[in-house]
Amino acid sequence: MSESPFDMSASISIPVIELCGVWSQYRDVVIHKNLDFRVDAGAVVALVGGSGSGKTTLLREILGLLKPTRGSVRLFGHDLFTPDALLQRDMRRRLGMLFQQGALFSALSVYDNIAFPLRELRFLDEDWIHELVRLKLDVVELTLAHARLMPAELSGGMIKRVALARALALEPELLLLDEPTAGLDPARSQSFVRLIRHLQQTLNLTVVLVTHDMDTIYGLDCEVALLAEQRILTRGNLDAVRAFPHPATRQFFNIPESLRSGG
Amino acid sequence: MNTAPKLDRNAHTVRLSGEWTLAALVRVPRMRAELLVAGDAENWDLSAVTRLDSAVAVLLWRVWRGRFPAGLEISSALRATLERVAELSAGEGRAAARDGWSPGSLVAAPARRLGAFVLGVLKNGFGLVELLGRLVLALGFLCRHPKSVPWKEFSANIYKSGVEALPVSALVGFLIGVTISYLSALQLKAYGADLFIVNILGIGVVRELGPVLVAVLVAGRSGSAMTAQIGVMRVTEEIDALATMGVSNTLRVVLPKVAALVLVMPLLVVWSSASALLGGALAAWWQLDFSLLYFFAALPDAVPVANLWIGIGKGAVFGGLISLLACHFGLHVRPNTESLSRRTTASVVTAITLVIIADAIFAVFTRNVGIPF
Repeated sequence: MSESPFDMSASISIPVIELCGVWSQYRDVVIHKNLDFRVDAGAVVALVGGSGSGKTTLLREILGLLKPTRGSVRLFGHDLFTPDALLQRDMRRRLGMLFQQGALFSALSVYDNIAFPLRELRFLDEDWIHELVRLKLDVVELTLAHARLMPAELSGGMIKRVALARALALEPELLLLDEPTAGLDPARSQSFVRLIRHLQQTLNLTVVLVTHDMDTIYGLDCEVALLAEQRILTRGNLDAVRAFPHPATRQFFNIPESLRSGG
Repeated sequence: MNTAPKLDRNAHTVRLSGEWTLAALVRVPRMRAELLVAGDAENWDLSAVTRLDSAVAVLLWRVWRGRFPAGLEISSALRATLERVAELSAGEGRAAARDGWSPGSLVAAPARRLGAFVLGVLKNGFGLVELLGRLVLALGFLCRHPKSVPWKEFSANIYKSGVEALPVSALVGFLIGVTISYLSALQLKAYGADLFIVNILGIGVVRELGPVLVAVLVAGRSGSAMTAQIGVMRVTEEIDALATMGVSNTLRVVLPKVAALVLVMPLLVVWSSASALLGGALAAWWQLDFSLLYFFAALPDAVPVANLWIGIGKGAVFGGLISLLACHFGLHVRPNTESLSRRTTASVVTAITLVIIADAIFAVFTRNVGIPF
C-alpha cells in the first residue's frame, strides 16, 4: 500500500487514531501501562478520569508532542514517529488542536493567528487567505471586526473561538480538544459545545476531547473512555461508563456509596 | 477507488470529480492552474465530487468571478458550502479590509516616527519620575511601619544580582586589568616612564573603568532579568494578584530590587576593581619586572582615596539607574511576547546609555577631585 497520507481509499477502514501497548513513564511514575486506544473516523470520544490519570499525557502522545516509553502511536494509519519529516508534517496538517488556554500567538492579531497555518502551506495567495480567514471567523460566529484585535484584548470565550478557528483553518479530519469549556460561563460553554457539535456533524470530523464537564459530554453526545489504573478502564456511552462497577467511576462521577449498593 | 481531484473538459462543460480539498490541491498544484484556465466555461458538473472544502469553494467562487455559472450540477450539500462562501463575499466590500496607502505618507512617515520617538522618550521619562515618586512614598511608609520591610525579597535580590555576579565580574575585571596594563607597559617602557603604570592603572580602574564595566555587566545580567521577570509577572497577571491581596508592587517587587542593586553595585565595583588591579599588577610584574609588593605599596600614593569614594558613589548611582529602568520597562510590558522582548532590549540599551551619560556628568562635576598634583 502506498505510504502517502492522502490515500483516502484506505481511510475508511483504517482507524484515525491507534495506540498499541503504550507505556508512558515519567521518572519512576508509570502513567500508562500497556494502554490500547482506537478511534474510528467520525467518532467523538471524551477522555475522562481523575486528576493525574494521564489524560493530558495521552493527548500529548496523540499530538506527537510526547513520545511514549514503549508502544506505537499511529495516526491515519501511519506511524506518528516516522523519521520522514514531510510525512510527519502532512500528518499534522490533518489534525487540529484546541489548547486549553487557546495558545494563540500573542504577538499576532486574530487575523494573523488564523492565517498562520494557511500561510505556512506556501500555496495560497493573500486574497484567498483573506476569504478563508473570513469564512473561519464566520464559522466560529465572529466577524472581520474582531480580526484586528490582539489575543490579549479578547475575552476567554473569544480566545476559545479564535483558537478553534485556527485549529480548523486547514480543514482537519481530526480535532483534538483539551478542556474545551473550561473557564467559560454556562451559557457560553453551552453555545461553544453546540458550535463544536455542529462543526463535527457538518465537516464529519473525528473529535477526541479531554474534559471534566458532564454537560459537554452530553452536549456532544460522546463516547466516554475512562482512564484509570494506567489504562482505558472502560469505554462506552456515558450511562454505561457510569454504571461500571469500579471505585474509579464512583470517585469520578461522585456517586455516593449508598446509592451504588442500593442499585 | 481513485479519489484524487480530477478535471475533465469538453467544449461546453467542465466536469470535476474526486476529492476537492485544500490538502489534495496542495498535493496536485496543477489542478489549481487548470481550474483557473477553465474559468470561462458556462456549464459545470460537480456531481461526481466526493468532498469539497471551504478553501476550494473560495477558489471556485473566485474562478466563477463571484456568481454561479449558468449551468451547474451539484449535490445539495456541496451547494450549501458554496452558498456560504457566496453569502459572505456578498456581505462586505473588499477594500475595507486592508490598510490604505496615502501618497502623503512618504513625507509624513519620518516626521511621524520622529514624533513617536520623542513622545516615547517623554513618556518613559514621566514614567521613571512616577516610579521614583512611588519608591519615595514606599520608603516613607516603611519608616512608619518598619514591620513591612521586605527583608526576604531584599536578601534574595542581593544574592541574585550580587553574589552570583562575583565570578563573572572578577574574571572580566582581571582580564581588562591585564590587557590595559600590558598595553600601557609597552608604551611606557619606550619613554622610560615605567613607574607611571601604577598611576594609570590605579586612577583608570578605580575611578572610571571599574564602575562602568560593572554597570554594563549588571545591566546585561540583572537588568534584563528584572525586566523579563516583572514583564512575565504582568503577562500572567501576578502583579494584579499581588495588588488584590493588598500587597503594593512598588514595595514588594520594585523596592527590593532597587535597594539591593544600590547596595550591591558599589561592592561589586570594589571587587571588580580589585580584581582588575591584581591582573594589572601581574601583567606589570611580567612585563616591567615590578614586584607585586612594590605595585601595591605605591598604589595609595598614586591614587588619592577620593577616587575610591567616587568609584563607589558611581556604583550606587548606576545601580539605582539600572534597576529603576529595569523595573519601569518591566511594569510597562504589554501582555504579548513581542512587547516582552522589545521592553527587555530597551531596558538594557537605555540603562547602558544612561550609565555612560551619567558617567560623563560625574566626570564634569568631579574634575577637581582626587587627581594628584
